[in-house]
Amino acid sequence: MFDNLLGSFWPYTIDGLILGAIYGLVALGYTMVYGVLRLINFAHSEIFMIGTMASAFVVMTLGITTPLTGFALVGGLLLMVLVGGFASAGSAMLLERIAYRPLRKRGASRLAALISAIGASLFLQELFALVLIPHVFNRPQQGRNQMGVARIMEKDTLFTFGGAQIRVDQVLIFVAAIGMMVLLDLLVNRTKIGRGIRATSQDPETAVLMGVDIDKIVRMTFLIGGLMAGVAGALFVLQFEVTKFSIGFLLGIKAFTAAVLGGIGNLRGALLGGLFLGLIENYGAAVFGSGWKDVIAFTVLVLVLMFRPTGILGESLQQARA
Amino acid sequence: MRPKIARLGGVLAVGVALTVGLAACGGGDSGSTGGGDSAAPTTLKIGFMGDLSGENSGIVIPPSNGAQLAVDEYNATNPKVKLEMIKYDSRADPTTAVNLAQQAIKSDKVVAMVGPAFSGESKQAVPVLEEAKIPNISASATNVDLAKNGWKYWHRVVPNDGVQGPAIADFIAGAAAAKNVFVVDDKSEYGKGLGDAVRAQLKTKGATVTDDALDPAATDYSSTVNKVAAAKPDAIFFGGYYAAAGKLIKQLRDKGVDAKFFSADGSLDKGIIESAGAAQAEGVLIGCPCRIPTSAETDEKVKKFATDYKAKFGADPLIYATEGYDAMTAFTKAIAGGATTADAINEAVGKSDFDGISKHIKFDPTGEPSAKSIYMYQVKDGQIGLLGDTTTAKLG
Repeated sequence: MFDNLLGSFWPYTIDGLILGAIYGLVALGYTMVYGVLRLINFAHSEIFMIGTMASAFVVMTLGITTPLTGFALVGGLLLMVLVGGFASAGSAMLLERIAYRPLRKRGASRLAALISAIGASLFLQELFALVLIPHVFNRPQQGRNQMGVARIMEKDTLFTFGGAQIRVDQVLIFVAAIGMMVLLDLLVNRTKIGRGIRATSQDPETAVLMGVDIDKIVRMTFLIGGLMAGVAGALFVLQFEVTKFSIGFLLGIKAFTAAVLGGIGNLRGALLGGLFLGLIENYGAAVFGSGWKDVIAFTVLVLVLMFRPTGILGESLQQARA
Repeated sequence: MRPKIARLGGVLAVGVALTVGLAACGGGDSGSTGGGDSAAPTTLKIGFMGDLSGENSGIVIPPSNGAQLAVDEYNATNPKVKLEMIKYDSRADPTTAVNLAQQAIKSDKVVAMVGPAFSGESKQAVPVLEEAKIPNISASATNVDLAKNGWKYWHRVVPNDGVQGPAIADFIAGAAAAKNVFVVDDKSEYGKGLGDAVRAQLKTKGATVTDDALDPAATDYSSTVNKVAAAKPDAIFFGGYYAAAGKLIKQLRDKGVDAKFFSADGSLDKGIIESAGAAQAEGVLIGCPCRIPTSAETDEKVKKFATDYKAKFGADPLIYATEGYDAMTAFTKAIAGGATTADAINEAVGKSDFDGISKHIKFDPTGEPSAKSIYMYQVKDGQIGLLGDTTTAKLG
């Protein structure tokens, strides 16, 4: 039963880490919004989807049919990540403006905001399935089907390690994802905006008294969370070369799980939760078969929460200090 | 708060009323005998039911076009009784299919139905047609159990999954000479059933079988890919649909696994090339109970069908187009033979014995087709081409 896992331990580990890094990036959005607003932004999975769509759109618009090399490749990758990141960040801010702020201003309950989030999520999915993919992307057949994206970089093996081949794109994705998270950590812990975010999540009323502009902080939170999800979307397209109007659903649930696993509201917890979930999924699949992947991941979640209700790192944003 | 609650109550009340109303509609049809009873109408209506706009419309629109072509050709002969085809878009949803079947019987008064296209919706909607005594022929429902219901008005023109799985397994162990086979399925009723059939048949042929399952909605299949890489198989079989098949092929090839990849009718769609990438999909083998005309077609009758189809619909006839045509032809032949009531048509269809485009059309008493050929297709230069009947086809 364990032969499989022991026989190809490193391949499972590497793949788990890569996927885990993407989970972690998306989980950051859930965790930050929760930290500041005590709200689970269920439309965040669609923000991720928009990131994948925007970067797929870049590949299509550039008319890439064969993998790029050299400077063209670097430019193409940067463009994908930037467009994906900004499209998601913009949509996240718009989402906050339309679906959350009016509710917040009128003091609606969190449950109302949750329903609003689910509504926004369905709206965005259908918008892509019915309008954007068939008409703007000009892929009428792909409205509700998955959309293949051309290969932008050659997936050469860089080196092999313990029976696992490490590919260029995998290294790139892992480094980019971790890099983004380190930057975010610095931003939250070392800058004025970061201090505002931490203050708001600790005690919004006092933060206002101390001169923190809550609306601005909320906007920034959605912007940063969206940016991370957008970058995750671009990396996802680079890795799997496919997207779909409902691509965010499963990944969103996994990322949310990662956020809870690491301790919701905790930035470093999101990264840790993501990597942990990615690894557990793959190890579980190795031992029990891939059909059991999700069962194992969620069993572990239940077990962790049973013994540590606040997640692995526990507690919220304010304590995620250096 | 009060007005809000009142409004909510109102909405609920409307919802309940609707549900009750629908249920009443559902219950009220037991005594009806179906359409076509009126004296010698000059135009008869035949329905076509299937997922015409949803996720799987790619395998339902071609048979719908094929059926339309058969109706048009029949009407062009200037017969005494003309035909009209009415489309029912069930979106593969059993509940919708049942409601549409009732609509077809009651308000449209169809005398026959091509479809429902899929097995799941057939299970629910065929009993409705059966009760109203409306003959129906499916061009694409392949679940084995459908034939075991004792339905008298139900037929299909494709061999079932119990034929397909073993035939593909024989090909894998025979023509492809694989000794070590990795079988993956997508855990769906269709995929798992097919995967199990292939596993069982491969074992009787003495091949080593390793297995795994994946989630078709997921994108990352690395754990399955790692398992395959560790097993070092000669061949891989996937039971499932093309979207997941494409992703799996791409990830396998990227990991350097180049064993022959097999799949079945659920994967027979250009989408498999789109999602795997042309280079990765090259050489992939796909079995199917369907007969698709290809560019290198040699059979004159199939060639003519393909030309007529393309002239009319501006697209190549894809999966189940020939079967849709044959299913409708069984009806047009019955009507041309003088049958105008649903019962008479059913009797004539049961006695069908003609050379269709896809195969020789003849039904056994349970409604299954007598001809049980399974065809093997292969991806070559970014196109899906016909390799031949699984019992005779050779790998190049």
